[in-house]
Amino acid sequence: MKINAIRINAADNVATCVTNIGKGEMAAYLLDEAAESLTAAEDIPAWHKIALTDLAAGDHIVKYGEVIGKADRAITKGSWVSHENISGIPRDYESELIGLPEQG
Amino acid sequence: MEFFGYKRKEGRAGIRNHVLVLPTCACASETCRVVASQVTGAVSIIFNTGCADVEANTAMSQKILTGFACNPNVYGVVIIGLGCETVPHAELREKIRTMTSKPVVSFGIQEEGGTLKTIEKAVRAARDLAAEASLQPKEPCDMSEILMGIECGGSDATSGIAANPAVGELSDRLIDLGASTMMSESTEWIGAEHVLARRAATPEIHNQIIRVCMDYEEHLRLAGQDCRAGQPTPGNKAGGLSTLEEKSLGCIHKGGTKPIVEVLEQAARPTKKGAIVMDTGGYDVSSITSMAAGGCNVIIFTTGRGTPTGNAIVPVLKVTANEDTYRWMDDNMDVDLSPVIRGEKTIAEMGGELVPVIRDICSGRLTKAEAYGFSDIAIDHVCRFI
Repeated sequence: MKINAIRINAADNVATCVTNIGKGEMAAYLLDEAAESLTAAEDIPAWHKIALTDLAAGDHIVKYGEVIGKADRAITKGSWVSHENISGIPRDYESELIGLPEQG
Repeated sequence: MEFFGYKRKEGRAGIRNHVLVLPTCACASETCRVVASQVTGAVSIIFNTGCADVEANTAMSQKILTGFACNPNVYGVVIIGLGCETVPHAELREKIRTMTSKPVVSFGIQEEGGTLKTIEKAVRAARDLAAEASLQPKEPCDMSEILMGIECGGSDATSGIAANPAVGELSDRLIDLGASTMMSESTEWIGAEHVLARRAATPEIHNQIIRVCMDYEEHLRLAGQDCRAGQPTPGNKAGGLSTLEEKSLGCIHKGGTKPIVEVLEQAARPTKKGAIVMDTGGYDVSSITSMAAGGCNVIIFTTGRGTPTGNAIVPVLKVTANEDTYRWMDDNMDVDLSPVIRGEKTIAEMGGELVPVIRDICSGRLTKAEAYGFSDIAIDHVCRFI
């Protein structure tokens, strides 16, 4: 099977297509040297993302093993994931700061 | 591992030996360009500030001007001023002389009686400095003399999944060899700042990284602006990057995995060795300008969609993992990292192959932008670039 997508981290629920993948064609990616594949539900341009699972509105989109945004609406497995159907999540900086001992 | 460079009395070695023709303000930029065009070995920058500005902008302009003058790739400096700018040439000259022992001379266009008379004197001065510079031999230098800036621009999905991780590997390997690296573009940490902060060498540095991002967003909010509005850019979206978080996670991969030992203000000089980060905008030309002012002697630039950017004093090496871009813009791209995308090479192999490439650039091999004589510059303002 020709590999035409990259899934970077085992936790990812999207893969990045490295070629144009047409509706009904297979997207194949490697994970731990084993090939996985799924059928593209629509045309997906090269370098864009394909959903590896069904996603509900509000679900986290995971790439690099980290959250890159959330689904604006339901996205079915094999669909094109882009700025048209996901959005970023504002971060809470205060909670990211480490409590340090008071300076004397 | 060693490279052949120019030892300096203070600080790191130079990998080039330029005479820098430096304007104090926009009004002297064209005169500097003409002077540099007359002298082999001389370079100039176009400067769009230096006058009629608020104090914070003047301070940034001065950091860039003095930083460029002190950059190790510069042998000597010919300053040209107008005469009525905020910081006149003699004052800038004396300031630079307190920071470096390299030769610095200066002229004023109003004092000399116009541009032609200034050009005559400045060309003679630049010619004499270039002749001196040409006598300085290259010597073997340890890789620890290298401070490599790491930049990205015109990113697409290949940047985050291949080019940036490969350059991150390069950064890790250079640090193992004793070199230092500098990653900037703090607006592009936003969304991935928690991941970057995990690399901090101390809890204080962890919080500095978070605060840089907090302060940047707050700074822009106070000016009624939103740094998330322009990001990802339309070009990024067309290239497959959907959110700022996605772009940022891909972006910070170029800085590698080593502990971050110092967080610098924009255009400041490092005091530590190892992995360093600098607070700059994500506007690549501005970020490169600030890293050159901070003393980087070489810069590696990852791109997906392609860019021609070059800096007057610091070689900028362009790398891409998008094979179409590499082929289509091969006159501007230096290294093809697309074997990673095709699964022919691992990230680690590709990053390892970049080590001798950087050593060769440091020993004198011209990058493409350098061969064309490109001298891009952008100086940040009070309302910062994003």
